[in-house]
Amino acid sequence: MKVSTGWLAEYISLEGVTAEELADKITAAGIEIDGVERRNKGISGIVTGYVKSKEKHPDADKLNVCIVDAGQGEDLQIVCGAKNVEAGQKVPVALVGAKLPGLDIKKAKLRGVLSQGMICSAKELGLNDKLLPKELQEGILVLPEDMEVGLDIADVLGLNDEVLEFDLTPNRSDCLSMIGAAYEVSAILAREVNLPKPEADLVEAGGSAVASISVSIENEEHCGHYAVRYISGVKPGPSPLWIQNRLMAAGVRPINNIVDITNYVMLEYGQPLHAFDADRLEGGVLSVRQAREGEVLTTLDGQERKLEPQMLVIADGAKAVALAGVMGGLNSEVTGATVNLVLESARFDGGTVRKTSRQLGLRSEASLRFEKEVDPQAVLPALNRAATLIARYAGGTVLEGIVQAGSDAAEEKILSLSLNKLNRYLGTELSLLEVKTLFGRLHFKCGDAASDMLEVQVPTRRGDISYDVDLIEEIARLYGYDKIPTTLIEGVTTPGALTASQNIRRELRRLLAHGGYQEVLGYSFIQPEQSKLFPALSGGELAVKLAMPMSEERSVLRTSLLPQLLDIASYNTNRRQSDLALFEIGNVFFTDEEQLTRQPRELPVMGLLLSGTRVAKQWNAAAEPVDFFDLKGALETVVAHLGLHERIVYEGDAPEGYHPGRSASIYLQGTEGRLQIGTLGQIHPELQRKLDLVDTYVAEILLQPLYDMAASRLQYKDLPRFPGMERDIAVVVDASVSAGDLLNTIRENGGSLLQSVQVFDVYSGGKLDSGKKSIAISLLYRHNDHTLTDDEVSEVHEQVLASLGQTFGAELRK
Amino acid sequence: MKEKLEALKIEALAKLQDVSNPQELNDLRVKYLGKKGELTEVLRGMGGLSAEERPIIGQVANLVRSAIEEIVEAKQEAFVQQETLNRLQAEKVDVTLPGRRLAQGGIHPLSRVVQEIEDIFIGMGYRVAEGPEVETDYYNFEALNLPKNHPARDMQDSFYLTDDLLMRTQTSPVQVRTMQAMKGEAPVKIICPGKVFRRDDDDATHSFQFHQIEGLVIGRDIRMSDLKGTLQQFVQEMFGANTDIRLRPSFFPFTEPSVEVDVSCFKCGGNGCRLCKQTGWLEILGAGMVHPNVLEMGGYDPAEYSGFAFGMGVERIAMLKYGIDDIRHFYSNDMSFVKQFRGV
Repeated sequence: MKVSTGWLAEYISLEGVTAEELADKITAAGIEIDGVERRNKGISGIVTGYVKSKEKHPDADKLNVCIVDAGQGEDLQIVCGAKNVEAGQKVPVALVGAKLPGLDIKKAKLRGVLSQGMICSAKELGLNDKLLPKELQEGILVLPEDMEVGLDIADVLGLNDEVLEFDLTPNRSDCLSMIGAAYEVSAILAREVNLPKPEADLVEAGGSAVASISVSIENEEHCGHYAVRYISGVKPGPSPLWIQNRLMAAGVRPINNIVDITNYVMLEYGQPLHAFDADRLEGGVLSVRQAREGEVLTTLDGQERKLEPQMLVIADGAKAVALAGVMGGLNSEVTGATVNLVLESARFDGGTVRKTSRQLGLRSEASLRFEKEVDPQAVLPALNRAATLIARYAGGTVLEGIVQAGSDAAEEKILSLSLNKLNRYLGTELSLLEVKTLFGRLHFKCGDAASDMLEVQVPTRRGDISYDVDLIEEIARLYGYDKIPTTLIEGVTTPGALTASQNIRRELRRLLAHGGYQEVLGYSFIQPEQSKLFPALSGGELAVKLAMPMSEERSVLRTSLLPQLLDIASYNTNRRQSDLALFEIGNVFFTDEEQLTRQPRELPVMGLLLSGTRVAKQWNAAAEPVDFFDLKGALETVVAHLGLHERIVYEGDAPEGYHPGRSASIYLQGTEGRLQIGTLGQIHPELQRKLDLVDTYVAEILLQPLYDMAASRLQYKDLPRFPGMERDIAVVVDASVSAGDLLNTIRENGGSLLQSVQVFDVYSGGKLDSGKKSIAISLLYRHNDHTLTDDEVSEVHEQVLASLGQTFGAELRK
Repeated sequence: MKEKLEALKIEALAKLQDVSNPQELNDLRVKYLGKKGELTEVLRGMGGLSAEERPIIGQVANLVRSAIEEIVEAKQEAFVQQETLNRLQAEKVDVTLPGRRLAQGGIHPLSRVVQEIEDIFIGMGYRVAEGPEVETDYYNFEALNLPKNHPARDMQDSFYLTDDLLMRTQTSPVQVRTMQAMKGEAPVKIICPGKVFRRDDDDATHSFQFHQIEGLVIGRDIRMSDLKGTLQQFVQEMFGANTDIRLRPSFFPFTEPSVEVDVSCFKCGGNGCRLCKQTGWLEILGAGMVHPNVLEMGGYDPAEYSGFAFGMGVERIAMLKYGIDDIRHFYSNDMSFVKQFRGV
């Protein structure tokens, strides 16, 4: 809302307060002032003038030589290039010595002819030409014929004015009006408000309005009050300059006296008004009803609108003539030929207007105000005010009486406020007198209560105030938040802490970051295609779609962290940062419903990505590419850190999206059998090629099962007191035998003496038969109570070897 | 014989003096002192000496031997030292060549800031509560005093999945869920960090996905002055002991009264600079006293309980703290960006 201080001063004295001071005070009391605009952009020395004559310039086709009376005693000769300049016009004249934005006027010769000044266009005067009628946007500004000459143009155009831009929060729609703004300023400055008195000023004549128009409301929940006046014999034309000036200051384009006055009163009272051309209404009736199936209305902006039954319209005897509270219809528009008017002022339901406006994508100054509910008690004063102004400035006769349906009755809102609660709530020690004084400034009546309870009457314009805490806020903001003390919470103290899983998540971040992995953060939205790349964790469930995505690229909720990790890898590789070790911890989303009816499953997941070389190019280390086991090792470290390494099984079952030979599914052995919790491996070479990446390894693992099962209790065990005995073996087995199975068999047969098993070499080719491989394993035996003898170890060790022979046909390599 | 010995000594000492390498030294040692050496050779002739002469010559011979031995040893020691010196010289490394670093990754700057804020509030007795990114309209709006068709819903256009499900636009639904889970028990002291989503076109200061941390305290006699005190303590720990706060009235449907909270600019100390746009203040928080409707929907009787809530944008705080000028950096995950946040 743009509030002109010149206009505001009509309702409240602003003496001794600069616009900047006022802006600061209003901001401090709760409505942010976005800026203070001076309407005068630096013009001086410009006066109104009369073009007495116009002659063609002798040496220039496009120039005219005008003789202008600018009230300076002598007539001035001014060369003017505007096409629209004519003798007989009143125009703004920049005298010699005048200042315009970026221009000083000097006496000059133009193509040999003396020019003693300049006739100005609106733009040259610093006016916002977008707010001017088309014909005034080009050429010089033509002023009304009855304008006196020699007047300072800044006064004539109301430029000695500042405009405060009110940035209103949705609750303060009461300040979408000059009068509302005046009340706010009144509360802040503690000065009185003077309102217009339209009832006193209005003159009715020419018979009863009800003979010419009748109104009805079909559905009162959508419209509480509908009132019209009938005004006959109007003469459409330009409105007085002061009205135009104020509209422009408010950012509204002047059109004609009828429309301008409805806009003016809307800005003044916050009550939108609409004028119909009475002679274009059929049947002499207006009804407020819901739109009919298939009904169509062309609104004032020339757009044809297809209406739906829940939309509210104003209809005459035959057709819809306006979209209630949003915009009028072209079929009943006021034009230059209009003679009789029906002027409407109504209270439409905010929600109804909001829905209609949203559905049609059509917002207007009117809908903006109705959406936030208008003051029921402004409907009639605004109607009368507009009728008065139209009678005065558009020459109409206001017929007798208001024709209306519904009523302006508003429930009297009286709220009880306990002074004790107010002080306890704010931490203040305000006295009854102080509080009553503040309510007085707000024009909230609060009776004579001498005790703790105040009965506060809330004016209807403040629809945002419904609870005692709303009153507390009013007091707090006027009293000043800076005066509220600073205290600490009293009462029980509470221990602060993270939950177990929050702790583990932090631990994982630390572990990976210290191990060389960089955390990244993706979006929760991905492309539909990406959601199908790595389906292993979905358990056959579906991806969740956004109803109205901003782009296809971000239209489904992610089902895996991997697609974005790969995007991030591509992005960085393209920027010559190709040695990447990344991780992300975030949620993935699945649903088992085709049509979503409840929240999808949301699962915390950790994703890892490894690409490029293990160690960056360096003088003393070879730049070796990363491989499967670098990434697997990272995962192993993670699960070992959580005490779960013995419960994890890797199976080379070629999960979708991966290189079939270099990938695995990850299973967690739980109390209820095993559960797939992740995947790991090189991405499929085909995908790798598409993304233009080098060999890239990724892993993804569900975190909840890890959180649930993490063995977080650390427990001391006795240190080994006796030396262990190490036996190294190398066995030859079929290439298809997995090391994991070998190790499991060794562990099963090694009994309690076997402390650790370590693969230290894997070898194939050479002297080995094809289809065979050799695996070298180091076994460590130890007893807690004594030093083992060779015989003791051999007994177990032989058993281990025998089991390998039986189970895998393993041959011991000598 | 004595003369022979003396001559041998002179010759040996002279030769040894000029010896230039360990091999030569060893050869000379053998030549003079060895079993078949010249000294031994001379001493063999002692058999022909008289009993009086023998001890005298013997003494001379010993002197000659030890003189030679001494110089051999000295020479040997010198060679060892020289050799050590030579080796050390040869083993010299260029200390200015780079070393092998520990593998170092890092935590995303947003995670860092979230953890830092969490830790401050944990220190003040708060717990960390989390909730789903996909919320119901009820938890995201209605239970927060934003009924359907409420004009304030305009302030945060949302990503809906269905008429009733949407990506949460704030982490406040976690507050409601926590209140309901507490079943009227007090005090409640939580902070709720998490991702939120709004239909904004991405630019330098907007991102359709961002992070929030909200806080909620409910108890008997929680006052607006407590909110001021709490936020004051927080900003001083976060931005430095000299940081001040300023409350400006504002509007949020879920709090009443509602305030915007500014902190004094930690860059210029409030004198005005580019960061604070010459105002001396930075807007970082929204806060207020929990609206009675919200308390009620959370299962707390507003006649008995009161509370405050506050919320802040993590990206905004990270941008101010680290001097980042474009919110999109956080989600580009450009290594040259994220790697800047690895140190202390």
